[in-house]
Amino acid sequence: MQNPLLKKLDFEKIVDALLPVLATFAALAVGAVMLVLLGANPLQAYAAMVEGAFGSTNSLADTIVRATPLLMVGLGICISFRGGVINIGGEGQLVMGAIGATVVGLWLPEVPAFFVVPLAMLAGFLAGAIWGGIPGALKAYFNVNEILSTIMMNAIAVQFMNYLLRDPLLDPDQFNAASKIPQTARLVQAFDLPRLVPTRLHLGAGIAVVLAILVYLFLWRTSIGYRIRAVGLNPDASRYAGIDVKRYIVLSLLLSGAFAGLGGAIQILGVHHRMFTDGSAMGFTGSAGFNGIVAALFGKLHPIGTIPASFLFGALLVGANKLQRVMQVPSAFIIALNGLVVVFVVSSEIWSRRRSRRRMSMSETLPELDGSNKLKKPGETQI
Amino acid sequence: MGEASSLLSGTARISHLEMKGIVKQFPGVLANDHVDFEVRAGEVHALLGENGAGKSTLMKVLYGMYKPNEGEILIDGLPAVILSPSDAIAKGIGMIHQHFMLVPSLTVAENVALGLRSSRGMLTDLKVVSERVIELAKLYGLLVDPSAYIWQLSVGQQQRVEIIKALYRGAALLILDEPTAVLTPQEVDELFVTFRQMVRDGHALIFISHKLHEVLNISHRVTVLRDGRVIGSVATEEATKEGLAQMMVGRDVGLKPEHKKVDVGKAMLELEDLWANSDRGVAALQGVSLQVRAGEILGLAGVSGNGQRELAEVITGLRNLIKGRVILGNKDITGKNPGEIMEQGLSYIPEERMRDGMIREFNISENAILREHHTQPFARRGFLNFPVITQYAGELVKKFNVKTPSLDTPAKNLSGGNIQKLILARELSRKPGVLIASQPTRGLDIGATEYIHTRLMEQRQEGTATLLISEDLDEILALSDRIAVIYEGQIMGIVERQNANAENLGLLMAGVRE
Repeated sequence: MQNPLLKKLDFEKIVDALLPVLATFAALAVGAVMLVLLGANPLQAYAAMVEGAFGSTNSLADTIVRATPLLMVGLGICISFRGGVINIGGEGQLVMGAIGATVVGLWLPEVPAFFVVPLAMLAGFLAGAIWGGIPGALKAYFNVNEILSTIMMNAIAVQFMNYLLRDPLLDPDQFNAASKIPQTARLVQAFDLPRLVPTRLHLGAGIAVVLAILVYLFLWRTSIGYRIRAVGLNPDASRYAGIDVKRYIVLSLLLSGAFAGLGGAIQILGVHHRMFTDGSAMGFTGSAGFNGIVAALFGKLHPIGTIPASFLFGALLVGANKLQRVMQVPSAFIIALNGLVVVFVVSSEIWSRRRSRRRMSMSETLPELDGSNKLKKPGETQI
Repeated sequence: MGEASSLLSGTARISHLEMKGIVKQFPGVLANDHVDFEVRAGEVHALLGENGAGKSTLMKVLYGMYKPNEGEILIDGLPAVILSPSDAIAKGIGMIHQHFMLVPSLTVAENVALGLRSSRGMLTDLKVVSERVIELAKLYGLLVDPSAYIWQLSVGQQQRVEIIKALYRGAALLILDEPTAVLTPQEVDELFVTFRQMVRDGHALIFISHKLHEVLNISHRVTVLRDGRVIGSVATEEATKEGLAQMMVGRDVGLKPEHKKVDVGKAMLELEDLWANSDRGVAALQGVSLQVRAGEILGLAGVSGNGQRELAEVITGLRNLIKGRVILGNKDITGKNPGEIMEQGLSYIPEERMRDGMIREFNISENAILREHHTQPFARRGFLNFPVITQYAGELVKKFNVKTPSLDTPAKNLSGGNIQKLILARELSRKPGVLIASQPTRGLDIGATEYIHTRLMEQRQEGTATLLISEDLDEILALSDRIAVIYEGQIMGIVERQNANAENLGLLMAGVRE
C-alpha cells in the first residue's frame, strides 16, 4: 500500500484517535479559567489533581477502583450503541444489579463464598438485564423512545431502592438503634472480593478487563455480535439479510443493562459490601451510570478502547476530589469540570464523524484490488 | 424582475460560454484534467461519460458549487468569476438537478417566487409571478397550473416547474443533469419539444445523459469525458451509438446483450391477487397476479411509484400483504419472514442498493456474508470463521470483477457499479431458483450495466426465473422474454418480447389500455 492517499488516511486516523484526549485538555483549559475566577492557581490545582490520581500506590488503586464501574457500564454502552440503541439507564441498572447481589448475599450468609459470590454476580447481571430488557422490548414492539424510557427506569430503580432500604432490607442494627439510616446490613466478610495488593484495589477490576476482551470478541467475532452491529448500522439491510431486527434491539439493551447490573454487583462485593442510599441514585453510583457512557464514547465505543478511557475518567474523578480538598474550591467545581469534559468529548466525537464523512465524499474513486487482501482485525474504526 | 421580462421577449444574454483548461483535484483523485468545453446559444451540447468521468464535477464548477484548481470560464469572451450558485444564476446560468429542489407543500408559483425579491416589497407578488409562469409555460409548452401544489404533481410536471423556475430567474444557459431518467417515453418526447423551442429562442442547453439514443436525438454536439479528460467532441450528425459508447468506455461494447433461446420451464414464482399498502397507507398493489417461469426474464415496466417497490418487498417478505398468495417453487411463502423466504431459494437485488443491499460501514468481507453470516461454513458454533469468509469474499470479488483496494475496505468507499457487482455476486452465488432484480442498473455506467446484463442473461440460461423490475425501458426491452406493465398497482397487460416496443409499452405505462 504505497498509495499516498491511504497514508494520509492513516494520519487522519491518528488524529481521530487523539481527538478525545485533545478535547479533554481543552476542557481542562476552560476549567483553568474557572479556577482563576475562583482565585485558585490552575497549575497548582491541576498538579494536585495529578497527584491525587496517580501520586501513590493508594491513589492509583483508588483510581482503578473508581474506573471499574465506569468500565462495566461502558462495556454495556458499547453493545447498545453499536446496536443502535441509546441506553441512558446505566444508573438504574447499576442500582438494580447491586440490589440483586445484596439480596443474594443477605439471603445465604452461611453458604460458602465460592458459591455465593458467583451467584450474587449472576443475580446482578440478571437484574440489570431485566432493567435494560424492559425498555428494549418497549422500543422494539411499541416504538417507545428508549432514551426516555431508560431515564424513567432510573427513577423507578431509585425509588425501589429507597423503599427496600427503609423497610424490608433495612439493617437490623439501624432498626434497633432507631437511627434508621437507610442501609442494609454488611454482607459477611467471606463474600468480599479478594484484594489484589494491600490497597482498596479488588478483583472486580480484573474481571472488568477480562470482560472487555470478551465483549470485543463477542461483537466482532460471533454471528450474534455481527447481527447486533448490522442492526445498529442499518436496520433496513438487516431485515433484508433475514435478521429479526426487533429481537436484536431487545438483546442489545438487555445485554447493556446486564453489564451495568454486573457492575453494580461488583461494587457491592468489592467496595461497599452493603447497599446504602441518600435518596438519589448518585449517592450509591457516584454517577457511574452516566460517566460510563462518556467513558465508552471516549473509547470510541470499542470495548478495548473503553479500558484506558475508563481509567482516565476514573483518574479525573479521583483527582478532582483531591483538587477540591487541596485548593478549597467549591465542590460544585468538580461537577462543572466533569460536565465540561463530557461536552468537549462528545462534541469532538461529532466533529470527527463529520470530518470523516467529508473525507469519504471526496475520494469516491479508488484504486484496484492489489495482492494484499488480508483481513485485518475487524471493526477498529467503525462507529 | 426586469431581467425576467427581457428574457420573455427572447433575448438571451449568453451567446457563447467557454470553459478553458479546467482542473479540479480532490484528495487522490483528479476529477477534471485540463478540460475544455464550450456551448453556444441555440444549441444542445450533450455531455457524455461514465460515472466518475468528471461530468458532474465539471458542471458543478460551472454552476459555482466547486472552485476549480486551474482554468477559467469565459462568457462571450470575457472572464467570468463564478464562486457560488447565486453568481451563476446572476450570470444567466441555470441548473436542473437530478433530484428536484422543490418544496412539496408550496404551490408552483410559491416555489418559483421562493428566494426572489418581491416586486411589492414586504408583500408577496404571487399574482404577478403566476402570470409570468403562465406566459413562460405557454411559450415553451411547459403546461402546469401555477396554483397547484407540488405534491399533487407528477414527476414529469415537477420537472417542468424546475425548468420554469430556472427560466424565470433569467437562465440563458441551462444545465440539465439526466433530465430523462424519471420520465416515460412520451414525457421524454414532450420534454424534447420544449428543449427545441428553447434552443430556437436562443437558449444554450447542456444535456447530461447516459442514454445514447436520446443524445443522438436531441443534441447538436456531443463531448465525451473519460477519467476526467475530454476524449473528443463531435457533431451529432456524424456520431453513431457504437462510436460514442466506444469513446465513453474506451473499448468496444456490445450495447445489446445476446438473447439466446432458452427452454422455459415450469412456473417458479406465482403471484396470486396481491394487495398491499404503501408506507403512507395508500393501496399500492391492487390485485397483482403474475407468473415467472424457469429460464425466463419477466420484465416489469412502469413509471416510478406505481407499485414496483411494494411488489418486490411483498415477494421478499419485507412488506406485509393485505390479501393474496405468493408461491415459490411449490411452497406457499405468504407471510414468511425475509430470512425464511431467502432460504427457499429466492435472491433479491434491492432497488435501494445502499440502503437495503449493503451495510455501508461494513467491509467487503462482512458484506459478502450479509445473507448467510449465521450458516456453515461462515459461522461455526456461533463464531464467525474469518479465514473462510475472507477466502469466499476474495473469490466473489475476483469472479465478479469488483474493483476495491482491499477486502477490508468499507462498502461506502466503493463506486455504485462495484457495490452492485458485489450484491450481484452475493445473490447469484447462492444459485437462486428465483431472482428479483429491482432497478439493477439504475445510475450505473455503461461498463457496469453491460456486465450486469451479461450476468443476468447467464442466470437465465441456467434456468433461474427472473423478475426484472426496471424503469429503464431499453433495459426491459433488451433483456425480457415477456413484459408486464404496472400502472397504479395493477398489471395493465403482458406483452411478448417480439410484440413489444417503446410505443405500446409507453401507452400501457401511462395507463392507457389498447
